[in-house]
Amino acid sequence: MSAAEAGTAEAGTAEAGTVGRAPNPVVSWVRLFASECRLVLTRRRNIAGLAVLSAVPILIAVAVKIWGVGGGGPSFVDSITANGLFVALAALAVELPLFLPLAVSWIAGDSIAGEANLGTLRYLLAVPVGRTRLLTVKYASLVFFSLCATLLVAVVGGLIGSILFGTGSMFLLSGNTISFGATVLRLLLVCCYLAAGFAALGAIGLFVSTLTEQPIGATVATVLINVGMFVLDTISQLDWLHPYLLTHWWMSFGDLLRSPIYTGDLNRGLLTALAYAIVFWLAAWARFRAKDVTS
Amino acid sequence: MPRGAVYGFLGPNGSGKTTTIRMLLGLIQPTSGTPTVLGEPIPQRVAYALPKVGSLVEGPAFHPYLSGRRNLVRLDAADPQASRRTAGSRIDAALERVGLMPAADKNYRAYSLGMRQRLAIAGALLQPRELLILDEPTNGLDPQGTREVRHLVSDLADDGATVLISSHLLSEVEQICSHVGVMHAGKLLAQGTLDELRAQTAPTVRLETSDPQTAIEIMKRLGLKRPRSERTGDHHLISAELGAVEVAAIVPALVAGDVPVLGFRAAAQSLEDVFVGLTGEGFDVSG
Repeated sequence: MSAAEAGTAEAGTAEAGTVGRAPNPVVSWVRLFASECRLVLTRRRNIAGLAVLSAVPILIAVAVKIWGVGGGGPSFVDSITANGLFVALAALAVELPLFLPLAVSWIAGDSIAGEANLGTLRYLLAVPVGRTRLLTVKYASLVFFSLCATLLVAVVGGLIGSILFGTGSMFLLSGNTISFGATVLRLLLVCCYLAAGFAALGAIGLFVSTLTEQPIGATVATVLINVGMFVLDTISQLDWLHPYLLTHWWMSFGDLLRSPIYTGDLNRGLLTALAYAIVFWLAAWARFRAKDVTS
Repeated sequence: MPRGAVYGFLGPNGSGKTTTIRMLLGLIQPTSGTPTVLGEPIPQRVAYALPKVGSLVEGPAFHPYLSGRRNLVRLDAADPQASRRTAGSRIDAALERVGLMPAADKNYRAYSLGMRQRLAIAGALLQPRELLILDEPTNGLDPQGTREVRHLVSDLADDGATVLISSHLLSEVEQICSHVGVMHAGKLLAQGTLDELRAQTAPTVRLETSDPQTAIEIMKRLGLKRPRSERTGDHHLISAELGAVEVAAIVPALVAGDVPVLGFRAAAQSLEDVFVGLTGEGFDVSG
């Protein structure tokens, strides 16, 4: 850092140029990333969305506490009374097809189109923020949000479950038991695995968001793509296509609850997510790099 | 544009002022040609040119649910050359400069149009700038706000910044600008200092009378060029180019010819005359 930066340099207009006192690019990237995350996480609308996400595990736990298990219902619900941490898994399984993807699509659709719609995009570009730099920050914040949303559901589920049903050693799907600490670790792995899938969906949303100035439109399109993939996944005639669908691998998170962990499908799922993320991020970049911003 | 100038960028609505500014800021790609800003080709080298440029494009735009200060923090965070450590003092100085300090922590949503405009100007002043590009900076401001912006612009110019102001308010440009460029239908028709532009058109005289025929006859005899008559209410307004005729000789000659002189004025052409002369009258929007 140069000496010019020391002391309280007042920002006069005719002061020496800014050249030479520029901070490290990584530092400034992190600063913009923090600003972006703060923007996403402090927006009232988004907080309301996160509140809805965290209401699901509470709903499940309270329902099971009052009316009992009673057979049927979503996966993992049967095991809740044995171990409260299963509430987290049940909630994740319930929110997996729509709620969590919707939340990620919402943020992703808003990422570029929202700024374009407000007109703040032109001011960011005139700063100049750098188009590629902006796109990396936007996507990083989407990955961060995917992880936050997933963890939120799991943490709320784990807490309410522990309170209502207590914790104990966990029976795995493969029949053996593991300690509480190991269970928490498995739960964390589940969250990371699912967040990777949602983050890949976020890349699709980011790309769609560069195509339009209507954030809602971008969100709806992304949700439709997500639902479309789930629908395709149910058509058995299309089984040759299924391995290439992003959502096909999401339910495999259950494999993390076996002992030893069955990694075959998980690896395939992570690889698919990575491929989707790279392809759609690059598509977004190709589109945004030369886009005329007239809003 | 010479350095240190306050350049008024004029043109009717739809003449291409904003499009030009968008091109200068690298927001859109020109279909042909390469504009340069501070010597750097755009958009190839925006990252080198734009840090020295503060801009206000097509009105203010901020996040409505953030305060004015938070919005500036956001803009500053986007700037790869801005240091976080000096952000607080730079933002305060910018807010102070546009007089928004008292409302800095109110939500942008609650700002009046004038305050929004000022916040946008504050955003342009977060860093020392060599060039300020202000697109319609006084749009929506009350007369007092307009005056303040005018003072602000002169102050900035005195500090050595070059300022480009796009506007269709001619009086405003006349008051603050040293140089003017006139745009019409996507082409720059004329540019130069205010005086140079005025000099391109001859000074005129205007006469109000109820006897246009005789008046025009006498004016022609005196050597005034291209007299035109138009009806205004009960009278006729005759305007003619002065040429080399002595102004003081006109009224006595008219009176001697029994022409009722109801009003007389000799003036250098106003910027409005220059402007209308260049771009034509009427409301046609040039695509």
